[in-house]
This record gives sequence, C-alpha cells and structure tokens, in this order.
Amino acid sequence: MSDWSRIAPQLADATGETLYMVAVSAALTVLLGIPLGVLLTVTAPDGLAPRRWTNRVLGLLVNLGRSLPFIILLVLVAPVTRGLVGTTIGSTAAIVPLTIGAVPFLARLVETSLREVSHGKVEAALAMGARRRQVVRTVLLPEALPSLVAGVTVTVVALISYSAMAGAIGGGGLGDFAIRFGYQQFRTDITLLTVVLLLVVVQALQFGGDTWARRLARR
Amino acid sequence: MIELNRVRKVFPGRRDAAEVVALDGVDLTVPAGDFAGVVGPSGSGKSTLIRLVNLLERPTSGSVAVAGRVLTDLPADQVRQARSSIGMVFQHFELMDSRTAAENVEHPLELTGVGRAERRRRSAELLDLVGLAERAGARPRQLSGGQKQRVAIARALAARPQVLLCDEATSALDQASTTGVLELLRRVRDELGLTVLLITHEMAVVKAVCDSAVLLEAGRVVDGGRLDDVLTRDDSPLAAALLPAPIADDRVAGTLLRVTVTETAPEAAVLRVLVGQLGLAVEVAGGSVETVAGGRHGRLLLRITDGDLSGLDTALQQLRAEGSKVERVAA
Repeated sequence: MSDWSRIAPQLADATGETLYMVAVSAALTVLLGIPLGVLLTVTAPDGLAPRRWTNRVLGLLVNLGRSLPFIILLVLVAPVTRGLVGTTIGSTAAIVPLTIGAVPFLARLVETSLREVSHGKVEAALAMGARRRQVVRTVLLPEALPSLVAGVTVTVVALISYSAMAGAIGGGGLGDFAIRFGYQQFRTDITLLTVVLLLVVVQALQFGGDTWARRLARR
Repeated sequence: MIELNRVRKVFPGRRDAAEVVALDGVDLTVPAGDFAGVVGPSGSGKSTLIRLVNLLERPTSGSVAVAGRVLTDLPADQVRQARSSIGMVFQHFELMDSRTAAENVEHPLELTGVGRAERRRRSAELLDLVGLAERAGARPRQLSGGQKQRVAIARALAARPQVLLCDEATSALDQASTTGVLELLRRVRDELGLTVLLITHEMAVVKAVCDSAVLLEAGRVVDGGRLDDVLTRDDSPLAAALLPAPIADDRVAGTLLRVTVTETAPEAAVLRVLVGQLGLAVEVAGGSVETVAGGRHGRLLLRITDGDLSGLDTALQQLRAEGSKVERVAA
C-alpha cells in the first residue's frame, strides 16, 4: 500500500472524469431525449398528432440505438465524434457516444411515462381549447413528472455504467482506472475500491432520484 | 343554442371487426337556457353524442352548431376558440394531479393567455361559487369525489362559457355527492344563464335536474321533449323509462286499474269516483308518484278488493272523458 500517494490523485482525477462525462452527457440526454420521447408519443397512431411515417422512422432509429452494444456504438460513431469535438480521444469525446447511446434509452422511458397520462386528462385540456403544444406543456409533461424523474434517474445510472467503457477510447474515468491499475497490475484492492466508489455514486443518485420522484408524486 | 343536424358517426372497423355506427342520423336542439338530458343504455351512443358538441369527436356526416356557429364548418383554430366557450365536466373529473384546486380552475385561462392576477381573482371567485373557497390550495388527491367534481365544474366555468356539457358527471359519485353536484349544476345554470347538456344512464338524474330530455337507443333518438310534456304521454318510451309502470302479473290478484298521474290529471279524481261514488274498496298495488320538472307525475296500479263492479266500466269511460288517464288491466 506504499503507492497510495501515487494512486490517490489519479483516482481523484478518474472520479472527476467520470462525473464530468456523466454530468454533461446526462444534461444533453435530457435535452434531446425528452423532446424525442414527446415526438414518439404524439406522432403515434393514437397520439395527439398522428404521423405514421415520422413515428415509424423515429421508432426505428430509437430501436437501432437501443439494440447496439455500447462498445460497438463507441467505435461506430467515431466519425460523428470527430466532426463534433475534433478528436475521438478523451473525456469530452466520450460524451458524444454516451449521449447518442442514452438518448434512445431515455426517449423510450419518456414515451412510456407520457402514455400513462390518462387520455381523459388530454381530452379535458382539448375541451378547454388547448393547442396540441399546450397539451404537452400543461398536461402531459407535468402530469408525468414523477415518472419522468424516475426515468431520468435510471438513464443517469445507465450512463455511469456506459461511461466505464469510455476508457476504451481514452475517455478516462473510473472504469478505465480500474482496468489500468486494478486489472492490469493485479491490484484487486484497487478494483474493489473503484467498484465501491461507483456503487456510492449510483446509490446516491438513485436515492436522490427516488426521493424527488416520490415527493412529486405525493403532491 | 346547441343544434345537431342529421348527425351520423361511424367508427371504422379494425381488422376483421365490422364498422360501428355509433350515431345514426341524430337531430337534437337545445334552446338557450335549457337544462337538457340525453339518456340511454350503455352503448347507445351518448358519450359519442356529447363529444360531438365540442368536436372532440368529428361527425362522419351532418352538422353541429353551438351559439349560432356551425362548428363543423370552422377551421381547426376557430374550433379551438369555440371550445373555450363550451365548458365540459367528465365522469372521472379529469383534474390535473400536478395542480392545486385553484391552479386547476386557472388552467383554461392560462391557455388563452389571461394574466396571473386576473386568473387568481377568477379562480377565487369560482371556488367560492362552488363552495370550496377554503380548499383552494388542496391537491385533487386530497379532495373527495364530490369536491373534485365541484372543482371541475369551477374549471369548466372559468372561461365564462355559454354552454356546459356534462358527461356522466355524477356516475362516479355516491348518492349524497350526486345530490350536491346536481343542485350545484342547477344553481349555476340559473345564476349564469347557461345552457346545459347532460348525458347519463341514470333516470333519477334526469328527473332531478332536466327540463327536457331525449332517449337514445342504438344511435337513434327514439323519444324526447319537455319532461312535463313527455310524462303525460302514455305511449312515450322515455316516460316509461323515467317512471316505470308497476308490474301487473298474476301474482297480483283481483281487478286492476292503471292510472297515469299528471299535474292536470291527478289520481284524486279517479279515487273520488271509485271510492266515493261506486263505494269500492281500493288499495294501491304498486307504482310511484314523484315531483318532476315542477309537477306531480307517476304511474299507479290500483286494486279493487271489494265491491260491486257492475258500474265500473261506465265510470271509467266517464273519467277518461273528463281527462283522467285510467284503464282496466285485462285479466
């Protein structure tokens, strides 16, 4: 254990990288995934604005994103990453595949949440003379909010697990750290420490998300 | 105020299922200020009919006019504007759980861009009108069914509509709440001069609040009119549904008479002749008399238990000639 002074700063860096990748990709995922989920819901055949082909194409894209193993996606979107970030290596570059991987995931969860809002409430708003976008803004999203918060929490937890693979493209983070120091140097204690750290982060997030969702639902 | 003209609504069949004709050429006119009911068994097309009035459902053919505007001819954005002057109340209230009672009442005003201060003022005024001023900050889950429906009524009135549509508004409520909500509907109609169209499968609701009603069966209007008028017609299926005739079968022995009681033909005249003139012993074998639309209406089954029946048929003829609705039940 004499090397702790050498490892500790690196562990801190790795934790910082993970939090950075997850935070930025989570923000982008929410920004893109919720509108996509709304689109999937409203363009559905029984939705507010049925658009058969739009719905099918979006559905196909979402399914494609969801069915690709993340490690494959990581490699596959490299040209996109280069176009957006300028490089395919590093934490910032990892944000692109992380976001692309998580958006379809969240979009489906959002779609499920919005579908659970009773048709009667939508009808009530339409009867008041609401525009379709007003129905989305004043009925679908606020009524589904507890369930949306739960969906975002699940997505962020998934992002943490995805981010552990970002080391494969030099993204750094705790996953990369565990492989380099724990696995390749046969330091099981370091691997376990990393696992515990990840667990703490996931637990904290899940607890926070659950509490928030419950508080919203109890309103 | 509300006028449906030759309205037909056909739902296309899915896959192998045949298409469903929900409404088959319905004409309906509700004059301004009227409290009108649509009754019928489930599946008769009532829910479709009320959804046609604000075009939540578009008719396959025929026209819908409200307050002089033919909604079926208007473009979508004008239909939306027209809807904001038609309030609607639902069986399951459909309040937003994410909003307080006051915020629910403000909801339609938000949609039309009414300012915050004005919304607050209006929701306070309306919650007061429905007797829930002190529950303004409560969430729907903290309210009873009857209270939720009161909030929903306040919400429906927020945009100052001329027309109020009630879709089975009391069907999810217990008896006490039903009475309260019906009284409220009647009161707001009187105070605000609304035109109300209410659909229900409960005859008691129609009897309690409606001025007029139509009976819907299998997508067609089979009977209708002003209640005080309908109830005086012996052959009216709506009257029979509102005031079911007592059953006269072989379990009730003796000579039986059917009497239709109306405001202008009370049973007193019949009893006076039977008991007073003919000296017969008469008892009530079944039936009921109620006050509906401000008048006494009912159907009675009388049984003659003792006495000389020889003068009966002549006396009944005489009574009918004088306006009483009485006839002997064939043995």
